[in-house]
Amino acid sequence: MTALLEARHVTKVFGGGRFAKAPGTVALDDFSFRVDAEPPTITAIVGESGSGKTTLARLLLGLAAPTSGEVLYRGQDVQRLSGDERRRFLRDVQVIFQDPYEVYNPFYKVDHVLETPIKKFRLAPSREKARQLMEETLNAVGLRPDETLGRHPHQLSGGQRQRIMVARALLLQPRLIIADEPVSMVDASLRATILESLRQLHLKFGISILYITHDLTTAYQISQNILVMYRGEVAEVGDVDLVVKQPRHPYTQLLVQSIPKADPNHPWHGHEIPVDPSAPVAAVTHGCKFADRCPYVMDISRQQRPPLFRTDERRAAACFLYKESPQLEGTDLEQVMAVPLVPGV
Amino acid sequence: MSSPSHHPITLTPSHPVTLPPRHTHHVLEVRDLVVHYHTTRGAVQAVNGVSFDIREGERLGLVGESGSGKSTIALALLRLIRPPGRIESGEMLLEGVDLLSLYEEEMRRVRLAKIALVAQGAMNSLNPVLRVKEQIRDGLKDHGIQLSPRALADRVAELLNSVGLRRDVANMFPHELSGGMKQRVCIAIAISLRPKLIIADEPTSALDVVVQRQVMDTLLAVQEDLGASIILIGHDMGLMAQVVDRVGIMYAGNLAEVSPVSDLFRAPLHPYSNLLIASLPSLEEKGAFQGIPGLPPSLLNRPTGCAFRTRCPHAMEHCAVVTPHLREVEPERRVSCHLYENEWSRESA
Repeated sequence: MTALLEARHVTKVFGGGRFAKAPGTVALDDFSFRVDAEPPTITAIVGESGSGKTTLARLLLGLAAPTSGEVLYRGQDVQRLSGDERRRFLRDVQVIFQDPYEVYNPFYKVDHVLETPIKKFRLAPSREKARQLMEETLNAVGLRPDETLGRHPHQLSGGQRQRIMVARALLLQPRLIIADEPVSMVDASLRATILESLRQLHLKFGISILYITHDLTTAYQISQNILVMYRGEVAEVGDVDLVVKQPRHPYTQLLVQSIPKADPNHPWHGHEIPVDPSAPVAAVTHGCKFADRCPYVMDISRQQRPPLFRTDERRAAACFLYKESPQLEGTDLEQVMAVPLVPGV
Repeated sequence: MSSPSHHPITLTPSHPVTLPPRHTHHVLEVRDLVVHYHTTRGAVQAVNGVSFDIREGERLGLVGESGSGKSTIALALLRLIRPPGRIESGEMLLEGVDLLSLYEEEMRRVRLAKIALVAQGAMNSLNPVLRVKEQIRDGLKDHGIQLSPRALADRVAELLNSVGLRRDVANMFPHELSGGMKQRVCIAIAISLRPKLIIADEPTSALDVVVQRQVMDTLLAVQEDLGASIILIGHDMGLMAQVVDRVGIMYAGNLAEVSPVSDLFRAPLHPYSNLLIASLPSLEEKGAFQGIPGLPPSLLNRPTGCAFRTRCPHAMEHCAVVTPHLREVEPERRVSCHLYENEWSRESA
């Protein structure tokens, strides 16, 4: 089966080059990942700044070209799509960016962001139909058209603007929505609403969602599978319940422990080996990239890059602590990803 | 004025060394603070009669959605509200002195020395063309502390050390530092004159969780070390639960509830506090979080009665008519809601 969107052995290096003084920054390191057309899935990609998660999103969207490896849309390189293929790609794969304030042109009414795709892709034969389509789409993401259409962006809250972005993505009936930190700039009280509208799109319209975030809690709430990234590589991957509830990779453990729990009786615990935050980050050429911060670091972690060990049926972790477990064959992360329930259940 | 290099950061050497027991007297008392922004469409009532106090060494959280007035309070306490904004009325007593009665020059001396701010995007407030040590020096110099290059280097190193940074960070430019390190530099600047009160306005909202915890630990360690009080402003209830002693919940320019943090999470009094806690995603239970329906009211024309009534599941007819006031309904707990009408015994000051 051809994947809808696939990254094959993708590496992305920023800077460096022949005349540069310093070696480049490896944002993504021999990374493979794919999203199938069927069944629709919600996958979370979690990592800190610098983990390569946004670079991955940009590569998948064709906004940046990989240094090596390839990104394929239905088997074709996204950097070299023909006109028709490209149009199809632009409809099939939609994006929601982090900042709901910057994506709008303040001079236009918010209708503009919905009208443009309708015109470009000729989604409606007449003005009336276009209006009707816009209203339906806004309703689908839980907005009231009379409260949103005809307004300028500054008249709406951050949460409303971000939901209009969700509506815009939905308008094109995509197969996949890549949501890059869609709720990190909205109030906590509105996050739930936006995430719920994304989940509804998945359930009602069978759209796959790639939820890119630094927030493990929301990732846990909406996704089926999760990929934890550390400095351009997969640290842990698998069923979200396993990864979040019983993290195996020391980095995932650190992430889970760092979340401030909304319970004063549950003190913030977890002990990282205190790393001098001002020490320069050494370029790791051999060994595990997490070794310097890892409380369980072993000799072998300094010498070899850990492969993904399949610690459970539905989970793999890139850590030599689990070297007794079988290695994940090839690069197909799908092996450990839980198969989602049929949408609508 | 030059001080011995080993005990540098002392602005008031006459201050008694033994600290009074925690939580005894009030460092700051805010009474009926009103701040409006005057726009062409009328006055935006950003802060609408807020009263609270903070005790010595206490950690007070101020939580609310965007537009609830929490950052305006931070700026008002430093008297940094710029036109079209204006502090309309109220009192802000810092150790008994009303900050609103000070001349601008006196107020300038209070900033940093007595009240320091760690702002939201503080890491972007560093000057990109000055080295870290020069930025720390500027604050000291502005407050009349002249040091020899050597003494200055020692003090800078000591300050950096207290926020967990190496000595050589002093010679770096902001672009050479990570976000967490820049935020630490800002904390180092904020504590350089041993303030009585630190206002931290979303100090970690731009940082990753792991770095957030490290920066928060640093901030709290220096705060305890100084015996300073801290006002932590934010919208992350999880962080509040872990960090502060008392929480004030802001809604549409007013305090909805002020409670000790354990009481607040055990049994929130105000319906808004309740919804705010329920809106937190949890790692224990799936689907256990929900948004708060509706939107905060426009602060241009505030609705009559309770500002929260349009979103409140317990709204009564009464709520549309009478504006509730913050009252003490249990020891140490104050709430502004008609549901507790019968229980209150005395109006809080």
